[in-house]
Amino acid sequence: MDGTARRASAVIEVRGLRMRYGSRDVLDGVDLDVHRGEVVCLLGPNGAGKTTTIEILEGFRMRSAGHVRVLGADPATGDEDWRARTGVVLQSWRDHARWTPRRLLAQLGAFYAPYATPARPRPYPVDGLLEMVGLADLADQKIGTLSGGQRRRLDVAIGIVGRPELLFLDEPTAGFDPQARRDFHDLVHRLSDMEDTTILLTTHDLGEAEKLADRIVILAGGRIVADGSADQLARQVAGRAQVSWSVDGQRFVHAADDATAFVRQLFVEHGDRVTDLEVRRASLEDTYLALVQRYERGGAGDSVVPFEQLRQEVSS
Amino acid sequence: MNRTLHAVRLGVLRGWTDFVQSVTSPQDQGFYLVVALGVLTYLFINRDAQVAGTTLSLPAVALPSILGGLVTFGAVVGPAYSLAMEREDGTLLRARAIPRGVLGYVVGQVVFQALGLVPMLLVILVPSFLLFDGVMLRGLDGWLTLVWVLALGLLATLPIGMVIGSLVKGTQKVGTWGMLPVLLLAATSGIFTPIQHLWGWLQVVAQAFPMYWIGLGMRSAFLPEAAAALEVGGTWRTAETVAVLAVWAVVGILVTPLVLRRMARRQSGSQVEAARQQALQWVR
Repeated sequence: MDGTARRASAVIEVRGLRMRYGSRDVLDGVDLDVHRGEVVCLLGPNGAGKTTTIEILEGFRMRSAGHVRVLGADPATGDEDWRARTGVVLQSWRDHARWTPRRLLAQLGAFYAPYATPARPRPYPVDGLLEMVGLADLADQKIGTLSGGQRRRLDVAIGIVGRPELLFLDEPTAGFDPQARRDFHDLVHRLSDMEDTTILLTTHDLGEAEKLADRIVILAGGRIVADGSADQLARQVAGRAQVSWSVDGQRFVHAADDATAFVRQLFVEHGDRVTDLEVRRASLEDTYLALVQRYERGGAGDSVVPFEQLRQEVSS
Repeated sequence: MNRTLHAVRLGVLRGWTDFVQSVTSPQDQGFYLVVALGVLTYLFINRDAQVAGTTLSLPAVALPSILGGLVTFGAVVGPAYSLAMEREDGTLLRARAIPRGVLGYVVGQVVFQALGLVPMLLVILVPSFLLFDGVMLRGLDGWLTLVWVLALGLLATLPIGMVIGSLVKGTQKVGTWGMLPVLLLAATSGIFTPIQHLWGWLQVVAQAFPMYWIGLGMRSAFLPEAAAALEVGGTWRTAETVAVLAVWAVVGILVTPLVLRRMARRQSGSQVEAARQQALQWVR
C-alpha cells in the first residue's frame, strides 16, 4: 500500500499522545495507527495507560498533548454524527435494572436510525443481535436479574447495536466463562470479517490477544514498546531458542541463535547418548513478561527497549 | 428526519417506559402508598379541626399546601437522586456513547419525573375527596389553576434537582445537598404553618424559593376567594407567583444545559468503575 492509500484508510491516527495527571506522565508520547478492518489489541500491565488511551480515543477523556484523529475527527471535539460511527462496549454493573434486554436494545438502537446509510443500515435488528450474543432466551427478563456474564454480553450487544465502523472494547471478556469467551471471539471475528468493523480492544488475556488480534501493541511505561502480529513479536524476541538436553543423566541448558544447527552439532558429538531434548522458542507470554518486568524494574518513563536487548533478556 | 427531534422523541419514549416500569414495580408502589398513608392519616386525625378565624376545615387548607410541598420535594429530590445514581452506575455514560443520547436521557428524565407526580397526586387526592368536605371549592376554575401551577412549578423546580444531581460528589451526598435544604424549606414555606408566624427575615428567604409560591398557588386553586385573607397581603398574589416561578424556570432552563453538559463531559468508563469501587466500599 502506498503512503496516500495508507493514510486514507487510517481509522485511528495518534502522534505524540501525552497524558499527565499532576506531575505523573501516564502516556508519554504514544504513536499508533490503526487501519480499516484491523483488529488491534492493546496489552500492558495495570497502570500502563491502556484505559486512558482508549478513553482518549473514545472522546471520553481530554488529552494533555499530541495529535489524535479518529475516523477523521479529533475525538475531543467529535460531534454526535461522529459518535454515531463509533461503538463503545462499557462495563455496566447495575444500570437499567428494570429494563429488559429487548426493550433497552430497541431504545438505545433507535438513536442510530437517522445515521443509517445504504451500506450500513442502522441500527442492528434487535432479535438478530440478541441471538448473536446468546441472550435470545433472556430477552424479556429484567436486566437486574441477569448474571455478571450475561450482563457483559448485553454490554457487547449495546456496543454494536449501531453497527459501528470502529468498536472500542476495554477488557471485554473479564468475568466470562470459557464458553462465553469462545462465543465472544467468534463474534469479534464475525464483526471484523463481515461488517468490516475496525476493532481496538484491551485485555490481560494473552491467549485472547493471540487469537483475536491482527496486531498486538504493547504499552508499558507510557509508551508503545512493541507493535506487530503475535507471530512477529514472538519471532523477533525468540531469535534465541533455549535448548535443553541430558547426556548420561546430566542436564544441560544452552541459549542458541540457530537452534537447528546447534542440535545437529549436539548429535554429531554425543549421538545416542543425548536424551530429553527440548527446544523452546519464546512465546508471546515470554515477550510480554520480559517487557513488563523490565518496566517494573526501571519504573515509568523508561525509554523504548530495542528488540535486540529484549532478546538477550528473554533468552538469558 | 431531524436528528435532534428524533432524539427528543426517543427521550419521551424513554421517560414513558421508565414511568410504566416504575408504577408496576412493587417498590415504587409501596413508596406511593406510604406517603399517601402518612398524609391522609395526618389529615384524618385533624378532620374536625377548623382554621382559626374561618369556616374552613384544616384538611381543606392543609391538603393543597402539602400537595405543593410534595410536588416540590419530588421535583427536586427525584431528579437529584436519579442523576447522581445514574452517573455512578453508568446509565449516563451509555447515553453519552450513543449519538444525541444525552439529550434523549435528559428529556427522558424530565418526562419520567413529571409523570411520577401523577400517581402521587392521585393516591392522595382521590381518597381525600371521599374522606373530607370542601376539598376543591372552585370547580373547573380551580382545576385549571392547578394545572398551570403544577406546570410552572415543575419548570421552576426540576432544573434545580438536575443541577444538584449533576454537582454532588456521589449519591450519598444528595441527602445533604438535596433532601435537607428542601425539608428545611418545607418547614419555612407555609406548608405546615402560615408563613406569617415566622421571623421577618425567614419569610423573605422562604419567599425567594419556589416552594412557598407553589404552595400558595395550590391553595389558590383549591380554596375559595375568601381564604386569601389568610395569606400575606390578604390576596393570592397570582402575578407574583407567576413572576417568581417564571424567573426560576428561565434561570433553570438557561443554566441546567451548561451544568449537564459539563457533567456529561466528565463521564468515562474509569469514572464509573471508580464509583463502583466506592459503592462497594461502604466503610472508609
